[in-house]
Amino acid sequence: MHAPHTDRDVREMLDVIGAPSLASLAAPPKGLEVKTPFDVAPALPESLAFAHLARLAGANSGARMTSFLGAGAYRHYQPPAVPYLATRSEFITAYTPYQAEASQGSLQAIFEWQTYVCLLTGLDVSNASLYDGSTALVEGVIMASQATGRRRVAISRCVHPGYRAVLDTYARGMGIEVVELPVGADLSVDMKSAAVKDLVAGAGAVIVQSPNFFGCIEDVAGAAALAKSAGALTIQVIVEAMSLGVLKTPAESGADIALGEMQSFGLPVGYGGPYVGFIACTKEHVRRLPGRLVGETHDVDGRRAFVLTLQGREQHIRRELASSNICTNQALCALFATIYLATVGAHGLRSIATANMERARELRAAVLAVPGIRPSSEAQYFNEFVVKAPLPAALLIERMERRNFLAGVDLSRWYPDMPDALLMCATELTSREDIAAFTGALATEINDALAAV
Amino acid sequence: MLSLLFDQGEPGRGSDFVAPAGKPEDYLSAGLLRAGLPLPDLAEFEVTRHFVALSHRNFSVDTNFYPLGSCTMKYNPKLNEAVAAFPGFADLHPYAPDDAAQGALEMMWTLERTLSSLFGMEAFSLMPCAGAHGEVTAMLMAKAYHRERGDEKRVTCIVPDTAHGTNPASAAMVGYKVVSIPSTPQGRTDIGALRAALDDTVAVCMMTNPNTLGLFEDDIVEMTKAVHDAGGLMYYDGANANAIVGLCRPGDMGFDLMHLNLHKTFSVPHGGGGPGAGPVGASARLAPYLPAPRVVKDAGGVFSLRASDAKSIGPVRVFASHFIALVRAYAYIIVHGAEGLRRNSELAVLNANYVRAKVKDILTVPYSDHCRHEFVCSAEVLKKETGARALDLAKGLLDAGIHAPTMYWPHVVPECLMIEPTETETKETLDEFVEVLRALVKQAHDDPASMQELPLHTYVRRVDEAQVGRLANKGIGLRWTGEK
Repeated sequence: MHAPHTDRDVREMLDVIGAPSLASLAAPPKGLEVKTPFDVAPALPESLAFAHLARLAGANSGARMTSFLGAGAYRHYQPPAVPYLATRSEFITAYTPYQAEASQGSLQAIFEWQTYVCLLTGLDVSNASLYDGSTALVEGVIMASQATGRRRVAISRCVHPGYRAVLDTYARGMGIEVVELPVGADLSVDMKSAAVKDLVAGAGAVIVQSPNFFGCIEDVAGAAALAKSAGALTIQVIVEAMSLGVLKTPAESGADIALGEMQSFGLPVGYGGPYVGFIACTKEHVRRLPGRLVGETHDVDGRRAFVLTLQGREQHIRRELASSNICTNQALCALFATIYLATVGAHGLRSIATANMERARELRAAVLAVPGIRPSSEAQYFNEFVVKAPLPAALLIERMERRNFLAGVDLSRWYPDMPDALLMCATELTSREDIAAFTGALATEINDALAAV
Repeated sequence: MLSLLFDQGEPGRGSDFVAPAGKPEDYLSAGLLRAGLPLPDLAEFEVTRHFVALSHRNFSVDTNFYPLGSCTMKYNPKLNEAVAAFPGFADLHPYAPDDAAQGALEMMWTLERTLSSLFGMEAFSLMPCAGAHGEVTAMLMAKAYHRERGDEKRVTCIVPDTAHGTNPASAAMVGYKVVSIPSTPQGRTDIGALRAALDDTVAVCMMTNPNTLGLFEDDIVEMTKAVHDAGGLMYYDGANANAIVGLCRPGDMGFDLMHLNLHKTFSVPHGGGGPGAGPVGASARLAPYLPAPRVVKDAGGVFSLRASDAKSIGPVRVFASHFIALVRAYAYIIVHGAEGLRRNSELAVLNANYVRAKVKDILTVPYSDHCRHEFVCSAEVLKKETGARALDLAKGLLDAGIHAPTMYWPHVVPECLMIEPTETETKETLDEFVEVLRALVKQAHDDPASMQELPLHTYVRRVDEAQVGRLANKGIGLRWTGEK
């Protein structure tokens, strides 16, 4: 209980109000009183609540296993300075910085986040954050649809299937048609076939992810050229933001909009959230950006100041004509990412991203050396890749879990034509000892599984 | 003046975080690599000074009274933060197999059941990330429900003028046409106007109860019945749910759909504008449309994430929830129990009414009834007498270390200040707030011109919003560029 009222406080306050009792003051209109007891556990003293939650946390054995899971949530090193600074009371218990005079800390931090997003993507402008990568995709599609006046978008089937499912949910409700571009050779999007040209014709956006869901680096420039010839905008989705430390920027590839997920920058995998979505675009689309934007200005004394701006696009001013309904976003998560980027700097980000590539290649080589495992693609990749197992991926994953390894993601869940494919990820936290122990166990399990057939 | 990060640092500064792994071109073709990476290299100490200095430029609940109406800026217990950081939660991957995530799934299952019971709903989805996300989720469900029934002529969404501000934009996202309903002189939705707006094109009516005037919609049962009789659905915006927990339930009022803001009512910190969590509740007939996946429990007590129901609208984000935010809300709930939660709502109502009673002789307090967890007052008379506006009072409060109330919302009260003290503030703090307000009103009478100068003592004073808007329209001034 955190309300500070003593019985005496309550009595004195009721006297001032002129109400006979607390119960009568707060009671609902007659007939709406709750008649049955609530199905809510009795209150726990704080020490027991702590112990209860420790038990629940301890029951998540997956959090302690050696993990090769990626697919949209990445386990990276979090420098202790990041949570230490980001969770200061003044940041974590503030609200949306409507009052510029009382919020310069949050506002400058958001301005710095917007700048980092621009510097990383090479694009002109960015907003204050979105819920996550998947909802950022929806917002990007709305922007492109409004910019082109077209109610159809073409999306690569190599975009994260979970992201595409979210887009489908919204598209059904918004009356936007989504067509899918097929997975081509080497697990990259097919941009060359005649059928693809037809799919792209009349679309407001061509959407590709790079590195794509299978880890492969896509030819975004090729997609952008195709989109441009069809009068569509190019949207590049980036799910593993760490790749931005080394890969060609969306702007260099000709993307009009870049969007995605920055969980990799200082946020834990946390069973799915909260993370932090980002969106950036070229200048000409600035008024279509969803949500909060912070701009630089000055106060009446001429001091530099930051303030929420272009609020005429937003839900609380423009009501049903707003560019989006988003209000609360992910300010604290964006602050985590901003402090992460400040802490590691260009030097650190490049070296961490490079270490991801090194470990992923060591993992892939060691896994491919296990008898029965075959490669699925020879395309260039960042820190994820797909391999084929000699048995259904689901069975292999289950066997490896019993040995405390999370071996990878079973792709058959979304791609029924890939029953034996396993999506694997290594990061800078994947040690050589982990790789050796894992591949040793993998060889044994495959051997045993095949022997059992 | 504090420099931007991008004007600090020197190339090569900073710690080493990983063992050297060579160069990017050792692993990828040169054509795939970026030309440069123009981020500053900073020493950790520079970063630390920078962000500690920035933090000093913020008002926050932990440092300032923050009576921001409809935002429920209550104290965020530190237990929440400690348990949210447990490695068993933080290090759990969203694609970890269900049998390796039983603790997380049990927590989510219990939370869903608890919210359903507290608010009289059949079921909740924990998936939406924030209030507005919950609203659009519910609109997608309403649309799917009507479509399933072959009733696609329903394209209207009714929103009273005292409903939460995000509602019209959420309804518009799914293509609904928004019809506004005025309120009565008593500050309640005009049931006659509502009835007149009802026809067979109404898909849903979005209401906030108590409304943004802090008043309970006394005719709510009649209104939900009228909307139902016309074939429409009722949506409860949970922005003001802190007034009703344990006291009454949207389900009993007749609502079909609702959302909660766990960052308001259930003490998840607001984080400077998120992350929040906006679970969506549904009555029995709407529950099949909730987003998937949801947590189910089998006869053996084993929990799992069920991918989808046939009628589900599908996922509204890629992973199942803002899980770490849910942990915080769950911690808050289990230390309170239903009794404690009800008492918090009662005390929130007490605090609001106490301030309201004391403000009555300083500013105009429209509507004669007691309020719920918040109330509005008007500076219109003051403006006529002195020229000082609600805005000037709000800025004056900042000088006293008090965050401004919500201003100029709802539009039905001119020169409006919306005040929500929450239950965690002491009587002494409320008394001090009233005295500061009294002094400001006196200052407005004594020296009206001085009011427009306020605030004097904040880190920056009033800012030029017009110029930044003009430049931002062209994409200028929204990021550091290195140009002076």
